[in-house]
This record gives sequence, C-alpha cells and structure tokens, in this order.
Amino acid sequence: MRKSFASLALAATMLASPAVLAESIKIGFVTTLTTPAAVIGNDMKDAFDLAYEHIGGKMGDFDVEVIYEDDGFKPEVGKQKVDKLVKQDDVDVVTGFIWSHVLLASSKPVLDADKILISANAGPSQLAGKRCHENFFSVSWQNDQTPMALGEVLNQTGVKSAYLMAPNYAAGKNMVTGVERTFKGEIKGKDLTRWGADAQLDFSAELAKAKASGAEAMWVFYPGAAGGAFIRQFTQAGLGDSMKLYTVFTVDAISLPRLQQGGLDGVLGSFATQTWSPDLPVETNRKFVSAFLEKHGRYPSFYAAQAYDAMFFIRDAVEKAGAKDAASLRAAMREARSLPTRGAVTWGNNHFPIQNLYVREAVTDSEGRWTTEITDLVYEKHQDPYAAECAM
Amino acid sequence: MLKTHPIATLAGLGLLLLLALAPLATETLGLAFWLDVINRTIILAIAAVSLNFILGYGGMVSFGHAAFIGLGAYAVGIPAHYDLYSGFLHLLIVVLGCGAFALITGAISLRTKGVHFIMITMAFGQMAYYAFISIEEYGGDDGLVIYARSEFPVLDIEQRLIFYYTCLASLIGALYLVHRMVNSRFGMVIKGAKSNERRMAALGFPAYRYRLAAYVISGMMCGFAGALLGNYTSFISPEMMGWTRSGELIFMVVLGGAGTLFGPLFGVVAFLLIEEVLSGITTYWHIIFGAILVLVVLFAKGGISGLLTAKRSALGKQPAKADPAE
Amino acid sequence: MDMSLFLIQLLNGLQYGVLLFLVAAGLTLVFGIMDFINLAHGSFYMIGAYLCGTITAVTDSFLLGVLLGVPLTALVGYVTERSVIQTLYQRDHLDHVLATFGLILIFDTGVHIIWGAEGMAIPLPAWLETSVPLVGDSQFPTYRIAIIAVGLAVAAGLYFVVNHTKTGMLIRAGASNRRMVEALGVDIRLLFALVFSVGVAIAGASGMMIAPITEARIGMGNDIIIIAFVVIIIGGIGSIKGAFVGALIVGMIDTLGRSYLDQMMKLFMSVDAAETAAPAISAMLVYILMAIVLALRPQGLFPPKTR
Repeated sequence: MRKSFASLALAATMLASPAVLAESIKIGFVTTLTTPAAVIGNDMKDAFDLAYEHIGGKMGDFDVEVIYEDDGFKPEVGKQKVDKLVKQDDVDVVTGFIWSHVLLASSKPVLDADKILISANAGPSQLAGKRCHENFFSVSWQNDQTPMALGEVLNQTGVKSAYLMAPNYAAGKNMVTGVERTFKGEIKGKDLTRWGADAQLDFSAELAKAKASGAEAMWVFYPGAAGGAFIRQFTQAGLGDSMKLYTVFTVDAISLPRLQQGGLDGVLGSFATQTWSPDLPVETNRKFVSAFLEKHGRYPSFYAAQAYDAMFFIRDAVEKAGAKDAASLRAAMREARSLPTRGAVTWGNNHFPIQNLYVREAVTDSEGRWTTEITDLVYEKHQDPYAAECAM
Repeated sequence: MLKTHPIATLAGLGLLLLLALAPLATETLGLAFWLDVINRTIILAIAAVSLNFILGYGGMVSFGHAAFIGLGAYAVGIPAHYDLYSGFLHLLIVVLGCGAFALITGAISLRTKGVHFIMITMAFGQMAYYAFISIEEYGGDDGLVIYARSEFPVLDIEQRLIFYYTCLASLIGALYLVHRMVNSRFGMVIKGAKSNERRMAALGFPAYRYRLAAYVISGMMCGFAGALLGNYTSFISPEMMGWTRSGELIFMVVLGGAGTLFGPLFGVVAFLLIEEVLSGITTYWHIIFGAILVLVVLFAKGGISGLLTAKRSALGKQPAKADPAE
Repeated sequence: MDMSLFLIQLLNGLQYGVLLFLVAAGLTLVFGIMDFINLAHGSFYMIGAYLCGTITAVTDSFLLGVLLGVPLTALVGYVTERSVIQTLYQRDHLDHVLATFGLILIFDTGVHIIWGAEGMAIPLPAWLETSVPLVGDSQFPTYRIAIIAVGLAVAAGLYFVVNHTKTGMLIRAGASNRRMVEALGVDIRLLFALVFSVGVAIAGASGMMIAPITEARIGMGNDIIIIAFVVIIIGGIGSIKGAFVGALIVGMIDTLGRSYLDQMMKLFMSVDAAETAAPAISAMLVYILMAIVLALRPQGLFPPKTR
C-alpha cells in the first residue's frame, strides 16, 4: 500500500520519535459508562472495540486511536467531555451519543471546531431540521421514524385506541410526536415521566390511569434498564390481559435477558419497530452478530449494531477520501451507500439515513435465549419528516 | 482572632497571580483545554466565595446555593433564547431575579436554625430545580443551548482571553467585596450572630435583618457566577441546581477552609484538581473522592487554610455543638 | 370522577407512603436520638436491595433473600457506624452532611465495582406476581398489597417498641434530652449503635421490597433519601408517629399529583406543556409543603415531647 504524500511528510517530521510510524486518526467516543444506563454504554463500547478488531485498527493509512468518555447520563458532563476531546485530545471525529439531550448539548463545540460529529444512536429533531449541519451525520435514525412506523403497524393491525408513555426528555417527546403523526386511532391518554439520573421507575399511578382509560393498546418508549422495570409492572398490574403492548427501543437485547431472568414471558410475542434486528439477512450483519455472540455470550443490541456501523462509516469515508480532514470526510460520507449491519442505506440532505424499517417480534431462539426476529417490512427507504426543514 | 493569617494571605495572592499568568503558560505550551478548566475554576470560585460569606462567616449552612448558579445562568439563557444578547439586560435580570429569590427564600429560611435551615434551603433549591424542569419552553430537563455570549460595549467576551480576564477580575472583585464587608460593622454583626445571636440582640442589632441582607448579597453574587458559567459553558440545564451540586459547593468551601478569605479559592482549585486527576485514572474515581471527603471532615478541620496556618491547637479543637432545642 | 381509579390511586399512594415511612423511620430515630444527619441512609436501602438480589439469585428464593439480606444489611450498617459515624456525633451538622455525602460516593461506587453498573432484576415467587380483583373489573398487584401489609406491620412493631418497652423509653428519652440519658449511666454508645443498625436494617428491608418492582440500581437510595428527609421534617424530627403521618402525606401528594395534576393543568395550558410540567410540579409540591411546615411550625407536625 502506498503512503500519501501528506503522511509521508508527516512521518518524516516524526523521525525523532521512531516508534510513531504512521499518522493516526483520533476518534472520540462519548457514551454512558456509569449510572444504570452504563449497560447501554458498555454494549456500544464492546461493539466499537469489536469493529476496531474487524478493521485491524487501521483506516486507510491511518492508525486508529479511540478515546472513550463517559457522559454520566448528564448533558452538562457530556458537553465538558466533548470540550476536552476537541480541545485537548484534538480528535478528528466525535461519535457515540445514546441520549438526544446529551447530543444537543455537545454538538456546538464539535461543529464550531470544524470536526466531524456522528451520532451512533440519538436522533433529535433539531439536528435533523433547523439546526442541521454539514459536519453532522447520523448512522442511526431520526427519533420520529421508528414510532412513525409503529403507528403505521397499529393502523394495519386495526388498533382503534392507544395509551402512550415515554420519558420526559428530548427523544421521548420526539417519539410521542412520531406515533401521533401516523396513528389514525384515538389516543386515550399519555404520560411523560421523569427521566435522567433520578428517573421515575415506579409507574403505578400511570399504569392505573392507562388501564382505566380503556385503550386497546399500550405504546411505550423506555430505553435501557427502565424498559425491564416497565414491562414487569405492566405484567404485575394485570394489564397484559386487557391491553396489547407495543414498544420502540424498549424490548431489545438490553432488556430481554433481564426479563427472561425475571421469568416475564408476557413480553414474548410483543411487537416493536426498528431499523435493525440480529436476524437481518445481510452477510456483514451475520458476521457481526456471530462474532459478538461468540466474544460476549449475548446478543448485541441495536445500540451495539449502530456503534459497529459508526466505525465502518468512518473507515469507508477515510479510505475513499484518503485523508482525515473534515472537508474530505464529509464529501465522502455524503456518498456512502451502505452500513455493515443494515446493508444498503443512503443519506438525505440533512445527513440522516434513508433506510428500511421493520416490525420485529420478541421470540425464543433455537438455544432458548430471548431475542427479536423480523416479521415484516413497514417502510422501505424511509426519510424522516424534518429533512424538509433543513436548509442544506 | 478573625484576622487573616499572613501565610494564607500570601498563598492566596500568589494563587491569584498564577491565575493571571495562566493564559501565558497555556498558550505557549498549547494546552488550550486547561485554560478552560482554569476558567471554570475561577467562575466556581466566585460562587464558593459567595457561599463562604454566609456559611463561613455567618454560620448559615445553605444547602441550596446551586439554585443561584442555575438562576444566574438562566438569566443569560432565557433572554438569549429570545435573541436578546445585551449583557446589561442579562446582569439586570441576574441582580433582580437572584435578589428577589434570595429575599423571599431568605426571609422564610432565616426564621429557622441549624438543621432546619439546611433542609429548608435544600427545599427551595429543589423547588427551583423542578420549576425549570417543568418549563417546556426553556428545554425542560434537556436544558438550553446558548448560541452566543452576552454582549457588552467595548468588552467583547466572545474572545476567550477577554472572557478569562473578565472572570478573574470578577473573582478579585468578589474577594475584595467580602473582605471589606467582613471587616465592617455589618460583618461584625454577622459574625457575632453566628456565635451568639442573643448577645447581638441585646446590643441592639436586629440579627435577622443583617443576616437577610447578607443572604441576599450572597445570592446575587452567586447568581453573577452563574451568569458567567452560563456564558462559559454555553449550555445550561436544571441539573446545575440539584442538591448534589449544592453539596459539592459546600464541600469546596469546607475543603479550602470556611470562614477564611481565600479558603473557597483553595477549595475550588483543590476540588477540581482532584476531580480532573482522579477521573483520568479510573472510572471508579468517585470512591477515592468520597474517601478524601470523609477523611477531610474527620481529620482536616479548617481545610487547606487551616493546614497552611498550621495552628496545631486548632486541629484537636471542635466547635461547640449547638443544642437543637435552643 | 372514576371512583375505582381513585381507589387504586389511593392504594398506590399508600404503598409509596409506607415505603417512605420505612426509610424515614430509621432516619428519624438516628436524627432524633443522636442529632445526626445521615445522608448515606439511602445507601443502605440500595445495599439491602443488592444483597437481597444476590441471595435470591443464588438460593432461588426471594423470601430467603429478604430473611438473610436484612441482618447482612444491618451488619454493614453496624460496621459503618463503628468505623466512621461514631466519631462524627460530636461534630456539627455541616460535618455530618459532608462526611455522609462522601459515604454516598463510596457506597455507590462500591456497588458499581462489586455488582456492575447494569442493575439487578429480582424475580418474585409466582404467587406474588399476580393481581387481585378490587371493585368492578379493576385489579391491584398482589405484591404491592404485600408491601403495604409488611410496612404497616413494621410500623406497628416500631410503635410498640418505642412506646411500650424499656429500650423504647430510652430512645424516647434520648430524642428529647440526650444528656439526661447519658447522665443516667446508660451505655449510650451501645444504644446508638443498636438504633443505627435497626434503622439501617429497616431501610435495607424497604430497598428489598421495592427492588422487584423497579430493579436494584445504583443511586436508588439518593432519590429516596431527600424525600425521606422531607418526610421527617414535616412529621417532626425524632417522632415515629410524625414520620408515619408525614410519609403518608408525601406518598399521597406524589401519587395523586402524578395521577390528576396533568388533567387539571390541561384546562389552562397546552397539552404538551402540561405533560412536561405536571410531573415536575407534583415533585415540587412535596418541597413546597415542607417549606410551609418549616416556616409556620419549624418543629414539625408531631414533634417528640421535650423536657
């Protein structure tokens, strides 16, 4: 492989320190590694590490250096860590971000410094619409899309009324808006519950209201550990008999093992929508899922899949551009046409993916583990509704 | 007795000089991020100085002082949300907003003593915290991004060095103000009421009014620090007002030495230094931090100032405990 | 108004109130008799939940988890009291707040190191995972009824011990006049350690009871401890009766606020604004109540009799 002039020149200047042969590309990865939400952050980190192995620690001629930072589930802390990554570590790309409010708080320092920012999960409407930016890309989805697909599923199944519940933060509000956009039936009521480090996890009052509302279906968005707690109380309160449960980002590889541990088989057979599932028939996805299963003994979550995608998305752009500056990278990223765990994907004017959305069902796999399987395609090549508001 | 010890004063002035020279050092060494950390230190030091004024000198343990930081920050963020960037307007809102909040909560809180005062200030802090979470317009729990800093004529604080020295000058101003107040008759009454309120009353000083005045001044000063913090981080959230933040602020004051002029400055520097160093070593740094906190309380009475002045006799001596029944 | 829904919400409020009482009981005793502010009391609530979860996972029995978990939590409390807390009794409240704030950090991170960050789900026996029918077609979870029953039983037991036994007499005497008890030659250190450990055991037990609903997780104690302080301030520091009444008031306010406040607020503001504001306002109500009580009646609603 031939070295570029730039890296040759740089290598020459670095002769003083002979250990450094190739120039490196630095990637800052911001996720939650403390608080109960660390279970998500660790899943992402495991996948990002796996992706690092799979690309052999190299992107083109560059050695990859990853710096992990913990946002502590707080927007303010996330922003401080991003400041450090940009100013002290001088990273080229910042990625990660589980939470929409952390991403919103953190975006300014990265974009002001003309670095590339890639969300591996959060998809707040602001960054998809009015505050879209040439250096910001998403490898996940816009928050509204998945619940929009779910609203469509409710219509198709003939559900006439629903009760909505979500945590009270940026993504929760987007998710509720998403369902309301497409669901044609009656919304009997909705609750936004306290979120963050002191999140409300006892839903007794809300579940009693939901039951009394007489709605046919219950729709919820409770990511991470809160999902397990919700489903458990939903079952305990005897709601499973009278309401059918639909979820987004709640029944996943994070909550399913814990629900299985707690013996809550009421969740099996419940439907959710998602852009990905472990059984998605794409060759590179099979490789990822089996490698992850082998290494960690558990299914990867969609958070993990997206983190894995983020690494390859950067790698592909670096290889195509043969450089790591923001201008070359974003030009290459706009031209990207696929992600390893999801196959063919394109990017819209607001740099959010245009991709398929599937219905997936919670099932037991051949070895008795609880997982999800795709049952149907809801939207093909779906673009988020905020793209029109983006001036790019 | 309450005269500032020469060694502590010298150390304090030396630290201020170091802070004044810090930009030179960080620019030459290319450590731009560290200047940010130092800038943050300076802003928090102003808040700690304001808390020390009532806690250290006046014995009022406010467990809700972080609310003032948050209010000050929102006093910048909310006008900015409506594209109003005039710095004078921001300052006016800080002074009026924080002053009014301090006057109302102080008037109620100061009717109580001891642990009840700690708890009622905490309650007011939590009220402010939940109040801002509840306002959808200003981002609720998600917080607000401030897209540009306050605008002043001549003084362009968008420039990082100008902003840095504005903060440093504010800190020196705050220290000077506290120094003057503490050594005035006003300060004597505040300090006197800490040790014996009845004596002050007998001498004809209505301690309640003096304390309330001190509380309001402290609240406004802390709000000013909040306004600087809002400008500095360009992001504000109700999180800044939670009770754990108030606890951290108290720890900064005690760590440095409550009731000494430069104590809060030492405390904040040490606090952020410990945090920055430990969090770089391990994810589990809080356990070491907690242990340091416990050890400081158990063994280092008087904080850093106390260690500097090294009055051995002071180490063994515990302050007389107030009887809650009184 | 839907009466069966209202009844269920009252039960939910009662269950939350009872849980709060269990945390507040130990806190108010320690506070009353030793004049000690223990912010780390909530950490024992968390540690109880984790110990119970571990034992339940090993033995496959939730009841065994509780029976073994309670004394183990008490032991952790005893060790903490002997090693750190007893030296703090002679200090002022500021030192209490700071040192126990440090203990919270140590316990939270300790749990993170031992059990990991992801929290722990605790399975219940099948007979507790059901719900019982109430009026009409409404149902209420069996397990929540069990919490109410256990909580009321503990409350009755505490009331009996404090008011009708010799130890209880000492505790009451200590709460109203500590120096007198010391002067009477009672081994005050032993009494302190005993009261502290019992308080910790009850807090641990309440953590064990809530964990099957919300899962055991780091920081769970910090959410409840501040509310527990609100409870004992409202009720009157040192008073078991005050803690009980205070806990029920706070439990009801919180639950009914979450149930009905958003509907009331929708009458005069947009639906979205009301949905955001209502949970925060109902959380705020509790603090407003405390500030009112403190301002008008600083000794609380049911202060222990002094002198």
